[in-house]
Amino acid sequence: MTYPPEIVAEAVVGGLLTGSVYALVALGLTLVYGVLHIINFAHGALLTCAMFAVWALVTFTGISPYTAIIPLAVVFFAVGYVLQRYLIGPASHGDDSNILLVTLGLSIAIENALLATFHADTRNLDGDFGFQVVEIGPMLISRPKLIGFAASLIVAGLLWLLLKRTDTGRAIRAVAKEKLGARLMGIEVGHIFGITFGLGCACLAVAACLLMPSFYVNPRVGNAFVLVAFTIVVLGGMGSVPGALLGGLFIGVVESLGGLLLGDSLGQLGIFIIFILVLLFRPTGLFGARA
Amino acid sequence: MKRSEWLFLVALLAALALVPLLASNLVINFLVTALIVALAALGWNILGGLGGQISFGHAAFFGTGAYVTELLQLRLGANAWAAAVAGIAAGALVGLAIGAAVFRARLRGSYFALVTLAFAEVLRILANALDVTGGASGLLLPLQPGAAHFQFDQRSVFAWIGIACVGAVLLLTRHMMNSRFGAHLAAVRENEDAARALGVDILATKLRAITLSAAITAAAGVFYVQYFLYLDANIGYGTWISIEALLAAIIGGVGTMAGPLIGALALHGLGELTRGFAGSITGIDLVIFGLLLVAAIAFAPAGIVGAWKRYVGGRRNA
Amino acid sequence: MSGGDAMLEVSNISRSFGGVRALGGLSLSVAQGSITGLIGPNGAGKTTMFGVISGFVAPDTGSVTYRGADITREPAHLRARRGIARTFQIVQPFAGLSVGENIAVGSYLRHAKPSEARARAEAVARRVGLGAMLDQPASALTVSGRKRLELARALATEPDLLLLDEVLAGLNPSEIRDILPVIHDIRASGVTILMIEHVMQAVMALCDDIFVMAQGRMIAEGKPDAVCRDPQVIEAYLGHGAAARMQEAGNA
Ligand SMILES: Nc1ncnc2c1ncn2[C@@H]1O[C@H](COP(=O)(O)OP(=O)(O)O)[C@@H](O)[C@H]1O
Ligand SMILES: [Mg+2]
Repeated sequence: MTYPPEIVAEAVVGGLLTGSVYALVALGLTLVYGVLHIINFAHGALLTCAMFAVWALVTFTGISPYTAIIPLAVVFFAVGYVLQRYLIGPASHGDDSNILLVTLGLSIAIENALLATFHADTRNLDGDFGFQVVEIGPMLISRPKLIGFAASLIVAGLLWLLLKRTDTGRAIRAVAKEKLGARLMGIEVGHIFGITFGLGCACLAVAACLLMPSFYVNPRVGNAFVLVAFTIVVLGGMGSVPGALLGGLFIGVVESLGGLLLGDSLGQLGIFIIFILVLLFRPTGLFGARA
Repeated sequence: MKRSEWLFLVALLAALALVPLLASNLVINFLVTALIVALAALGWNILGGLGGQISFGHAAFFGTGAYVTELLQLRLGANAWAAAVAGIAAGALVGLAIGAAVFRARLRGSYFALVTLAFAEVLRILANALDVTGGASGLLLPLQPGAAHFQFDQRSVFAWIGIACVGAVLLLTRHMMNSRFGAHLAAVRENEDAARALGVDILATKLRAITLSAAITAAAGVFYVQYFLYLDANIGYGTWISIEALLAAIIGGVGTMAGPLIGALALHGLGELTRGFAGSITGIDLVIFGLLLVAAIAFAPAGIVGAWKRYVGGRRNA
Repeated sequence: MSGGDAMLEVSNISRSFGGVRALGGLSLSVAQGSITGLIGPNGAGKTTMFGVISGFVAPDTGSVTYRGADITREPAHLRARRGIARTFQIVQPFAGLSVGENIAVGSYLRHAKPSEARARAEAVARRVGLGAMLDQPASALTVSGRKRLELARALATEPDLLLLDEVLAGLNPSEIRDILPVIHDIRASGVTILMIEHVMQAVMALCDDIFVMAQGRMIAEGKPDAVCRDPQVIEAYLGHGAAARMQEAGNA
């Protein structure tokens, strides 16, 4: 069975576009991992939460999902800060496997609270987002996905600038490198942890705004994203921002081509198998991450 | 393990064994479900509690036990008991295979948790897609009541078998905790370097633990399918059982012997209670379980059993 | 020390971490039945050397021979089964287990039966002065208690060669006085000992032979009193390595 090149090209481009939003989700995860050295298992549930927030905002106030980006990012930053500083941090007594379990508990609670509130139904944004396409050569590309791609790259760039050029960014990097040393330099580590977690959540809020026009939400949707995001993070090297970006694009393409060749559910299978193989054979990631 | 704890467990199991004589089918149903989760959690506890390797993917073993048992009967006409034994063996084998891959690669902590989850998800997707496992519509085991078919008209028989299984696994756990293997497992959990220096073969110890753990959780899967007679990918390999096994063990008391049983009973009891109060709102019970997990980690690292011991100890010293 | 009855022969071992050369091609040997000292300033590479001997650090070059068998690539737990036991400079207790359980992990190496292993553990605990603390959690021990626990666990494996990494460090003089006879007694029971130690008075009192390391090299070896008079050794200690480095730079 062969496919005409336009179809394959369209799948590749579609995969890159979706992958850029995956990258944004993974960026939040890898940032938290890189600094706190913890795996935030509630990442997917928080994304679901953000997607419902976008859905509710757009449905009940009629604003555009793109207008919601900034207010929602601010709110989620605050939520993330508070969660880390006043719940996850204290509850886990600084033990890694405790953090994993605490965030697992949070994800179960959040996911099911959403289930109890919104029931299991799947929801989309009203409007004609699905029909907005842009012609590029012979390909028809979804406009929301194109916007998502551009916005994801911009956010990744902003995040990178923040880490490299601001005092907060320098403090975050100092804490990531050497917790004790940073503390001795007078950096308040708990505060920086909170900020990092908040930034991770803000990434999710942006990703949710970019996803909703072309995607749907139900209380379990985060599950699908969380393992994809972990795969990306592992591929890109835990804690690496450029790695997450590359990994996201790569996984987007794999999923899209896999879906084209094998059908959707087996396309998902490919992602999990990549995840397992990378962890077993290249746990430091594929893209130039150090051990 | 102290004599008083052991006596308490025997009394608890005896009390549970009396329940089917007095209670309605609804209550027996509740009991059997809780026992299935308890069995899965007892399996989880060997690896996660005693061995310190926290798995998010015990569904891989539960589902394998269930599918192998059901498929051997459906496709090859095997005897139900033989199929059950094969199901447990297959679960153990899957445990050994996953363990060999994962522990050889030295994956630990969060990595171990995530990779086990990924293995379970791979199996779930495959079971959902393949024809041999009935795909998305699942498999129905024909109703054939009779001891020879491991099916019983009376639910109470299932409850008693479940109690016997839990009792047997508790005995096995106790024996294990008091053995060289138990000491090695505890050493590996506490400090791998120190364990190696004392001659402990880390890989072999972890492999034994995951194989045993998987076999017990597979037995829970076998029991599930014989009781409910229906199986699909989301039941067998779904995250629900990975999560419930973990929750029951941790909330009950991680690494303690009785913890998983107490945890399973408490969780299912609480689940029934919240359903009683909150009506049919799905999810409320799990919201509470999730928060309980956070609370257990924050305030009661040794779960209900640990909190109880502290309380009793405190009163004795007072 | 040129005796042909060396129990342990380490030859030409080198090992780098990233750019840091922790061990630069050095050799040592330990005679059966001796107490051999391994001394040198901090960062000399002594602990890394123990890692190489006990199977925790893979050397880049060189070989480790124990009783005639090449064990250079053998995993740590198999070396323990051969009879090589070690303590850790940074103590590594099984924090969640009791003192008795900690020691029993060691005694299970030679005794599979739980009752025997526990009895052996109890005996070892008494021998190092932990007899009264068997049921205490290991995390409740004092510094000196933890050092004794390290020693007890290693002893419980019934080793032929015991590697002690600064078991006296952090102890006060009276605690040291208490523990020196224990070490003597261990040797008297036929166990060969290789010990890293900073407490010179203990080294002088205990050791038959001494090897001196500085900056990943072996700078001296011999009997205790001879080693003490060796100018290179004095320089390495007094200059905290700086003198040796200057000399090297001068020679280069
Ligand atoms: N695992 C490691 N990674 C990087 N450097 C190491 C490691 N182990 C030891 N080193 C370095 O090797 C050198 C020797 O250390 P060590 O063997 O602990 O010395 P000593 O025990 O003599 O004080 C030191 O510079 C130390 O920093
Ligand atoms: Mg040292």
